Amino acid sequence: MALAEAKQSATEARLAAMSLPEGGCLAAARQAALSRVQTLGLPGRRDEYWKYTRPDKLTSAEVSKAAVFASDEEPMFSEFDRLKIVFVDGVYNAEASDDLSLEGVQIDRIADICCQDIHWAKDLYGVLEARGQSPVARPLAALNTAFAQDGVAIHVTGKPSKPINLVYVHSDEASDAILHHVIRVEAGAEATILENGPAASRFNKCMEIDIADTGKLHLVRAQGRDHERRAATHLFARLGSESVFKSFTLTVNGILTRNEAVVEILGGDAIAHIAGACVGDGEFHHDDTVFITHDAVNCESRQVFKKVLRNGATGVFQGKILVKEGAQKTDGYQISQSLLLDDDSQFLAKPELEIYADDVICSHGSTTGAIDEEALFYLRSRGVPAHEATDLLTLAFLAEAVEEVEDQSIADAIVARLEGWLARRR
Amino acid sequence: MLEIKNLHVKLEDEDKQILKGLDLTVEAGKVHAIMGPNGSGKSTLSYVLSGRDGYEVTDGSATLAGEDLLELEPEERAALGVFLAFQYPVEIPGVGNMTFLRTAVNSQRKARGEEELSAADFLKTIRAKAKELKIDADMLKRPVNVGFSGGEKKRNEILQMAMLEPKMCILDETDSGLDVDAMKLVAEGVNALRDEGRGFLVITHYQRLLDHIKPDVVHILAGGKIVKTGGPELALEVENNGYAGILAEVS
Ligand SMILES: Nc1ncnc2c1ncn2[C@@H]1O[C@H](COP(=O)(O)OP(=O)(O)OP(=O)(O)O)[C@@H](O)[C@H]1O
Ligand SMILES: [Mg+2]
Repeated sequence: MALAEAKQSATEARLAAMSLPEGGCLAAARQAALSRVQTLGLPGRRDEYWKYTRPDKLTSAEVSKAAVFASDEEPMFSEFDRLKIVFVDGVYNAEASDDLSLEGVQIDRIADICCQDIHWAKDLYGVLEARGQSPVARPLAALNTAFAQDGVAIHVTGKPSKPINLVYVHSDEASDAILHHVIRVEAGAEATILENGPAASRFNKCMEIDIADTGKLHLVRAQGRDHERRAATHLFARLGSESVFKSFTLTVNGILTRNEAVVEILGGDAIAHIAGACVGDGEFHHDDTVFITHDAVNCESRQVFKKVLRNGATGVFQGKILVKEGAQKTDGYQISQSLLLDDDSQFLAKPELEIYADDVICSHGSTTGAIDEEALFYLRSRGVPAHEATDLLTLAFLAEAVEEVEDQSIADAIVARLEGWLARRR
Repeated sequence: MLEIKNLHVKLEDEDKQILKGLDLTVEAGKVHAIMGPNGSGKSTLSYVLSGRDGYEVTDGSATLAGEDLLELEPEERAALGVFLAFQYPVEIPGVGNMTFLRTAVNSQRKARGEEELSAADFLKTIRAKAKELKIDADMLKRPVNVGFSGGEKKRNEILQMAMLEPKMCILDETDSGLDVDAMKLVAEGVNALRDEGRGFLVITHYQRLLDHIKPDVVHILAGGKIVKTGGPELALEVENNGYAGILAEVS
């Protein structure tokens, strides 16, 4: 079917400004992704999947400038022993990065793979993204596959002794970064990946994660505190039997952030948890779009998303659990909640269940609320000042999402950042 | 200690007068009990003294050790020494009981310009006091009042009171929902706090609590006013004859 004219011209305008990087063994994947973008067209305001979030700032040919955020804090995760891989405005920076060798994991740059004729990543790069284009199109992810300048391929074959930390640094006011990472976790292997930092003025990031039977991956990312960020991120994960994938995202500030997570559970007894906590103040629009497909028996999935919004901030949640025929004994849970700290903010939610198996437990819920006045008075009557009591209740609201982070010291670090954010707003 | 004069209170959102010229003085070191029919305004009095929203004071005054309470925020009243044991303690999911109490104790100390209690000292104190009230360690770790039984909630109120060491303790039907043993525990907790510098206002429907917490003075609150004041024998009279006789006599 031909694209609508407006979509066609917007897509052409965006593509005209870009050229495919050198491909090597990824050339075919990039070329195929480019065709997908041309066929699907970039997201437009009329698209149902973009009903609550205007994609213009993410798709425009020109990138508008964004001030480089000067933080008074140490970057997140600095206190942990980790293997650091740094990208400045979307380009790998060897000097700022640690040596990439670590037992139990093989790490290569996508830019290097592009010069090689053969590499394991060729069987993953663009593959999960392509699968994730149906039943809902995700053209920004295809655009990413085609044009990503950099990224890493992480092959987890053992249990690396420390987390791998992808650190994003923003230095150029007009940077328009596209990063693509692929991660393969082998049977019995287990790793933790951390991501943090304001990446660029505009950031398009795609991560494809393939977890073999019994493999485990923990992903914890922190977006922020840059205010002028426009970011579209995609997470595509495929899970084998008895595998575990847990993802948590902290989002602080940002004009526009759209985080899509597309998880396909293909092996029995697997577990997928996708969680997020975001806090926004004023010019803030945050969209979590999640699609979890159960295509195996006896699997568990959880989606836990909490949003704290104030001063006209907007939160969006679109979450779906699809249980395919035969995926019996599925345990699917989804909760999305917002805490509005004033009357100007809004939360838009579209929770969906689509179930084709009869022996499953699936629940979903979505709520919007304000601070509980009864609880607030109770705390104040014990001597806790109003602002502190409000912060306590706000952190309590976010707790269910933060609890999804398994490592206690990382969870504590996240709570500390949330406390800081609240304290700066007293 | 607590001095209430001609207190008139109406609901903020409705044209409904609840307290209609209430006078009451509680001296330091004394226990005053308030009894009265349902809906007579006992809880309203306790809320107005602790600073809850929704009520409008249209006349009169309330002071604690000479300080005007009615002008202050709830947390300021707490730091001055006002404590209300709620008739219906509030559940707060996600906030640990221990965190809550430590924040409360230290907020009050900070407001009074005192040094904060160290984590170790706090822990030692709370463990000892919890033990006396038969509150187990597990309850301290759980979110405030969440999943607590009615009796456990009331004991938790008394634990908070013991930790905060307020000057003016207002207990709103702390005996309701308690079994006989729990009532004794609560009464012991209260009696342990009885002190020359501390006043108590105990709201109750039943004489039984007053067997354990011996009041110095008993008031009858009806129709938004104190209609009769007497000694402990007044509580006995209510227990035996109800309010009908007393109300007929004063009207
Ligand atoms: N927030 C409110 N909204 C509406 N009515 C109220 C409110 N607070 C109190 N009232 C009314 O004011 C009157 C006094 O209530 P209050 O709770 O003070 O009574 P009480 O003496 O404590 O009764 P009880 O013995 O049943 O606890 C009642 O008629 C009650 O319905
Ligand atoms: Mg009452």
